[in-house]
Amino acid sequence: MHELAVCQALLDQVQAISAEHGDTAVTRITVSIGPLSGVVPELLQRAFYLARARGSAANAELLIEGAAVRIRCRSCGAESEAAPARLICAHCGDFHTDLLDGDQLVLMRVELIQAGANPANDSAGEWPCVKHADAI
Amino acid sequence: MCETCGCNLTAGNLHIASKPRDDGTTVVEVLKDLMWDNNQQAAHNRGHLNSHKVFAINLMSSPGAGKTALLEATIEALGKDIRIGVIEGDLETENDAARIRSHGIPAVQITTGSACHLDAHLIHQALHALDLDSIDLLFIENVGNLVCPASFDLGQHRNVVLLSVTEGDDKPAKYPVMFRAADLVVLSKADLLSVLDDFDAAAAESALRALGRDTPVIQTAARRQSSLDSWLNWLRDALAAEYRERRRFRPVPRGIGLSPLRL
Repeated sequence: MHELAVCQALLDQVQAISAEHGDTAVTRITVSIGPLSGVVPELLQRAFYLARARGSAANAELLIEGAAVRIRCRSCGAESEAAPARLICAHCGDFHTDLLDGDQLVLMRVELIQAGANPANDSAGEWPCVKHADAI
Repeated sequence: MCETCGCNLTAGNLHIASKPRDDGTTVVEVLKDLMWDNNQQAAHNRGHLNSHKVFAINLMSSPGAGKTALLEATIEALGKDIRIGVIEGDLETENDAARIRSHGIPAVQITTGSACHLDAHLIHQALHALDLDSIDLLFIENVGNLVCPASFDLGQHRNVVLLSVTEGDDKPAKYPVMFRAADLVVLSKADLLSVLDDFDAAAAESALRALGRDTPVIQTAARRQSSLDSWLNWLRDALAAEYRERRRFRPVPRGIGLSPLRL
């Protein structure tokens, strides 16, 4: 369960961005996680609600964008989608492929709120289910 | 990219990246790798190792696959020719470091408590506990785990993943992130293949190829020195290749050549 360590790194980055903007409170954090990143979205989500307890992200929600695994064949040059444990060219069947997408672990954006504002999507205090970007 | 924190925000694009909205919120576009802090430390470690001419191998496997036994056999075979050092990662105990030290080899034990992997910061501390000028080849024996260690660059030069033949031959398909990270896959305890009917070495290799990797696969049996040849040859080749690479990029000493005034 290294997701807690990844989550701590995420919150350190978010904290720094919040500080750059005058210690504004964070309402939403969006990350992009590929199936080959080694991080399980559900575990990161759970770790987040444990780790966010203090600081400017205490009431923030975490939005996880998934990503498809995409490869390019070194033999025929075709690009195709692939399953995480089967990175074989869908066109010619060669296994000599390069990963184009699917291993990312990236902080995409942070949403901050000015003091006194009252946005509609505030999820303060909730313990919500896993939210994937495509479900919102 | 910002040199201070690694984000993509600069004074020049902050007005584009930060978008205030009518409801009082501001959206900041970041696009920063979550492993940035670890990766920075890993790059520092690699530079530190290079400056001391140390070649580092990150040894990973599930618990009990024979990492320490392979290291002991390697020390027996190469210890007189190559100066070896070891960093041991375990949740608890000094047992593995003690095993290595009993061969007269310097070893630092990192006990991670409940943490399931080593990270670049832990390795940095351990490097400062070793006399790197008296080491040519450093093995980092990671915590036994086929999941978490794959996500953390430590600053090593090569990743070696052990798969013992008492495990399933479909492990590469089950743990694609780990096996994709490998520069070499070692099928360990291979002397047991003759008595096991449920491990097919060819199937394990096929599962690895299906991950889009042509990583070499070799077999070892740590308790039989004669079966270590392909492992020792890979090690010697990897060391030689690294030294060749370093000579290619060796900085030109001051005052020698290149200056048109001297030609």
